[in-house]
Formats: sequence, C-alpha cells, structure tokens
Amino acid sequence: MSNAIIELRKVGKWYNSYHALRDVSLTIGKGEKVVVCGPSGSGKSTMIRCINRLEAHQTGHIIVNGTELTDDVKSVEKVRKQVGMVFQNFNLFPHLTVLQNLTLAPIWVRGMAKSEIEEIAMMYLRRVRIPDQAHKFPGQLSGGQQQRVAIARALCMRPEIMLFDEPTSALDPEMVKEVLDVMIELANEGMTMVCVTHEMGFARSVADSIVFMAEGSIIESGSPAEFFENPKSERTRQFLGQILEH
Amino acid sequence: MSKDNPSQPSAAWAASYEEEPSQAGVPPSPGGMTALKPFGWAKDNLFNSRLNTVLTLICLAILWFAVPPVVSWVLLDATWTGSSEACREAVGACWSVIVVKHRLIFFGTYPFDEQWRPFLACGLFVAMLGVSGVRAFWRPWLVGAWALVLVGMGVLMWGGVLGLTHVPNDKWGGLPITLMLSVFAIALAFPLSILLALGRQSSLPAIRSICVGFIELMRGVPLVSVLFMASVMFPLFLPEGVTIDKLLRALAGLTLFTAAYLAEAVRGGLQAIPRGQYEAADALGLGYWQKTWLIVLPQALRIVIPPIVNQFISCFKDTSLVTIVGLYDLLTAATVATTDPEWRPFFAEVYVFAGLVFWIFCFSMSRYSQWLERMANRYNRR
Ligand SMILES: Nc1ncnc2c1ncn2[C@@H]1O[C@H](COP(=O)(O)OP(=O)(O)O)[C@@H](O)[C@H]1O
Ligand SMILES: [Mg+2]
Repeated sequence: MSNAIIELRKVGKWYNSYHALRDVSLTIGKGEKVVVCGPSGSGKSTMIRCINRLEAHQTGHIIVNGTELTDDVKSVEKVRKQVGMVFQNFNLFPHLTVLQNLTLAPIWVRGMAKSEIEEIAMMYLRRVRIPDQAHKFPGQLSGGQQQRVAIARALCMRPEIMLFDEPTSALDPEMVKEVLDVMIELANEGMTMVCVTHEMGFARSVADSIVFMAEGSIIESGSPAEFFENPKSERTRQFLGQILEH
Repeated sequence: MSKDNPSQPSAAWAASYEEEPSQAGVPPSPGGMTALKPFGWAKDNLFNSRLNTVLTLICLAILWFAVPPVVSWVLLDATWTGSSEACREAVGACWSVIVVKHRLIFFGTYPFDEQWRPFLACGLFVAMLGVSGVRAFWRPWLVGAWALVLVGMGVLMWGGVLGLTHVPNDKWGGLPITLMLSVFAIALAFPLSILLALGRQSSLPAIRSICVGFIELMRGVPLVSVLFMASVMFPLFLPEGVTIDKLLRALAGLTLFTAAYLAEAVRGGLQAIPRGQYEAADALGLGYWQKTWLIVLPQALRIVIPPIVNQFISCFKDTSLVTIVGLYDLLTAATVATTDPEWRPFFAEVYVFAGLVFWIFCFSMSRYSQWLERMANRYNRR
C-alpha cells in the first residue's frame, strides 16, 4: 500500500526473556480500520502499545505517519501527538472534571488557549452525547460514559490515528452499544483506527481488515468476509469457533 | 503482571480512595425514645452487654478517682496571682509562675523592652499561616503577601532599620525560634521530599542511588546527631572565613531530616497511583514533569495527607531538640525559667504550660489536616 500511515516491519519484542512479538509485519493505510483479535496473551496489547511506544520494540521497524519510532524522544513525542489511545480501563484522571480531562493535554502539549480548547472539548462531548456531564468527576459517571469521555479526550488532541485496546471489555453488557456507536461514527468519518476487540459484529460491519494473532505472531489477516467465511488456518477456525459460540 | 485484568486497577482505586463515611445522616436510634434519650443512649451504648457494663464501670471508677484531684490541682486549689510564698503554702498548681515568667518562656533572652517585636512577628506569622490555610485565599497575591510578611518579620526581629535597635539572632529565643524553625523546615523539606521520592523511582540508577542513600542515611541516624553534624561539621567543609549562622545550620539539619521521612510518606502515595494513569498521560503526549505535576502528584499527595501532616507535627515537636546546639527554643526557654531559685519548685507548671502551647499548635495542624483531607478527596464522591 503506497499511502501507508502505520507500518510494522518484522517487529520483535521481548519482556525480559519472554518473546512477546515475533516478526510482526503489518501495513495500515490512511483511513483504514483494522480489528485485531486473538486469544488472551497473544500479544495484541503489546503490538498496539508499540505503535505509540507505551512499549518499546527491540527489533524491526515501526513507522508512523513517516516517523520511525526510535529511542529518540523527539520521534516518540511526534508520534504520540498524532496517535490517540483508548484503554480498556478508561484511565481517566479521577481528580479532574470531565472537561479538564479533555482540555489538559491540548493546553499543555499543544499549547492551545483554554477558551478555544474548551469550546472544542464541548463539541466532542456533544458528539459522544454527554455534554451535560462536563463538570462532573469521572467517578460520578457510568462505565460507558467514562469510556466515551476517554474517546473524546483522545479526539481533542486531533489525532490522525486512534488505537483502541479492548474498549468495551470492562463494560457492563448494556453499555457496550453506546461506546460501539461512537466508534462506528468515528469510523464513518474516515479516522484511521486500530482496534483490539472481540466484538465480532463490530468487526464485521466496520473493519476493512481483520488481523488474527496467536503467540506473538500474526497468523492471518484479511477482509472480514474472507476471515469469517473462509479462515485459512486451523488456529483461526478454532478461535472463531470458541468466540462465535457465545 | 497482566495488563488485561479489568478489576485490578479499580480495586486499587477502591483501596486508596475509601469512601469517607457520610456525616449527614444521624444513625436511626431504635424506638421512639426522644424523651428518654440520655438514658436510652447510655443503655444502648454503655450497658448493652455484660462485658460493656463491666468496662463502663471500670472507666467510671478511673474517672471517679482521677478527675477530682486533677481538677482541684489545676483549678480549685491553684494559685493564680500570688507570690512564690503563697504558692508554697497552697496545695494546688502555681500558675503565678506562668504569669511571672511568661515573657521569658515566650521570648527567651530577647531584650525585655523590645519583646513587642517578636510578639508582633509571631502574631503576623501565625495570622499568615491561618490565611494560607483558607482555600479562598489560594491566589497569586498570597505569594506576595508572604514575601511582605517575611520581610516585615525580618525587620521586626533583627531591627537595625526604621529606628529599631539591632538584635542579633543569638539573642532570639522562645516561641519565635520554635515557630520559624519548624515552619521553614517544613516548607523547605516538603518540596525536597517530593524530589527525593520521585528520584527514588527514577529510571536513572545514579539519581536513584543518591536518593535512596540520602533517605536511608537520614532515617538511620537520630535527629540529635544530625543536628550536631549540621552545627559542628558543616563549618569544617566551608572555606575559611565563611560562617553560616547557627540558626541556619540547625534549620538545614532539621530540614534534611524531615525531608527524608516525608519522602517515604510521599513515596507511599506515588505507589498507590495505578499504572494506567501514567500510560494515559504518556499516550496523550505529556512529558515527564507535566505528567508528574498534573497527574501523579495531585493524586498521590491527596492520598498521603495524613502521614504527611503526621510528619509536620513530628517536625514541630522535634524543634525542641535544637537546644543541644545551643539554640533557645520554647522548651529551652521554659527550662531556663525553672532555674530561678525562687520559682524552682514549680517546674511542673512551667512544663505543663509549655506542653499546652505545643499542643495548641499540633492540634490545630491535626484538625486542619482532617478538613484538608475531606476537601481534597471530594472528587471521589459518587
Ligand atoms: N509488562 C510486561 N512484563 C512482562 N510480560 C508481559 C508484560 N506485558 C505483557 N506481558 C506478557 O506478554 C504476553 C502478551 O501480552 P498482551 O500483549 O497483553 O496480550 P493480549 O493483549 O493479547 O492479551 C502475555 O503473555 C503477557 O503475560
Ligand atoms: Mg490485551
């Protein structure tokens, strides 16, 4: 793909002696939505966290929007400004109000004026449908609301790419949809998204490609149609069998 | 450590931010016994089981034997104004010693006719501390006000300008020494302790070992020896001709000692912050100092308000040890007051009084910390 915005080339990653990523290669184009799935402990989080260098890889290359991630702090800073991340446990700042959660990084990292970013933040809060919660603290919100705040917080940095690490796994079932709806909207607007999730309905309707990982390697990747109807490897069939039973 | 355990961080939150008990609702009292309330209450709380009844009776007996003699010594049989002869004849406490000696206890050897100056300086200082504790006053002008007050205190204490006679600081003593040493030591030790605690977690081995070494050294040595070292050994390292004031040397010793203990309290708070908070800050592109200042410290320090204030209180009381390097704090001044042969028999009263002064300050700090804790953790209400 010529307009690749994320490129992983033979990426290797070790936690001490544990080999967590084995020669992972993946190219993601601008505006593409990629869903990553696989059994627990297969390295999904590790891979996605290498993309914004929450974890450092040891071998291979990761290039994000033209910047190669290295030990150089500058490259990390540059990449993090362009990549938003949403975590399984929301990780909102509990001592700040919702609005302060949204405006903190734009003010301190991007140097935006408070009044300007507050207006933008309110716009995003309306888009995730919780403008009335702006002055509450995260602890006063439901899980689904907190995750939508977390998405809005990442969007306030105007990222080119959004990473989601199991954004609905910590939610009560009745709250999953409100978060997925926001993500679908975001996808429809053309955001580049890499999403670790086991929501196969979401994967089927939104993803351009699905990546299946096991034991630190990418076993197969392809369009949702291929992946669900015609999985190539036995490992994938087994996984799909388990996950689609529920 | 798995990153995928959703319950882990939330459990950590629950542990570090316990819901404070609601104070609004009075627990419903059983039955409608409004009229018989005191009896009903006593029956429910003091005599509700055989063991409790026995314990209540024991407590009552202790009170019965202890309270009357204390009350009569402190109040009923006490001498409030008389001479030392009157005191010798009375059986109760001799509070006249305080009346006679209070200027010596409070201001030590500061020239007697100039003692309005330390009095005013202490008043200003305490008032300013009170003002600084009020949230509505946490504004930029407070810094300016502090600068003014500190200059004002310096002028009052030292003099030498505005027609005030010069009083060198080896003549200072009593409450001003205790207050200034403890407040300055706390004010300097607190930021230092934060740096030490952060350094102890640093990924750079050199910084980490310096911080650990310093903390462990200070914690392993009694304050008395730290003060001795500060006052005897500091000067040895200084170039010839340069001298540092005795008061400053003691302040340095007290500050370093307190900082080491505070650093451990702060570290406890740092460790309670879930890793997800650091990761979220990193992912948003915040730098180390931004992350520390905006995300980590505000949460960590809220958690450790109680142990921090505990350390403040310790530091306040520890100032009484500076007597061993020849400084004249409140307790030393009180001791000197007891050496007057005429009043020597009444040393107990002098120490009770000095203790009371210490207690007033420490108790205020303790109450303030409770308020601060409630206010700081408001965000945790659901
Ligand atoms: N910080 C870490 N230190 C050591 N091992 C880790 C660390 N993070 C993850 N691992 C290990 O790496 C493997 C892959 O983890 P992860 O990427 O979180 O998997 P997934 O997200 O697919 O469940 C797991 O075996 C996990 O135990
Ligand atoms: Mg994971």
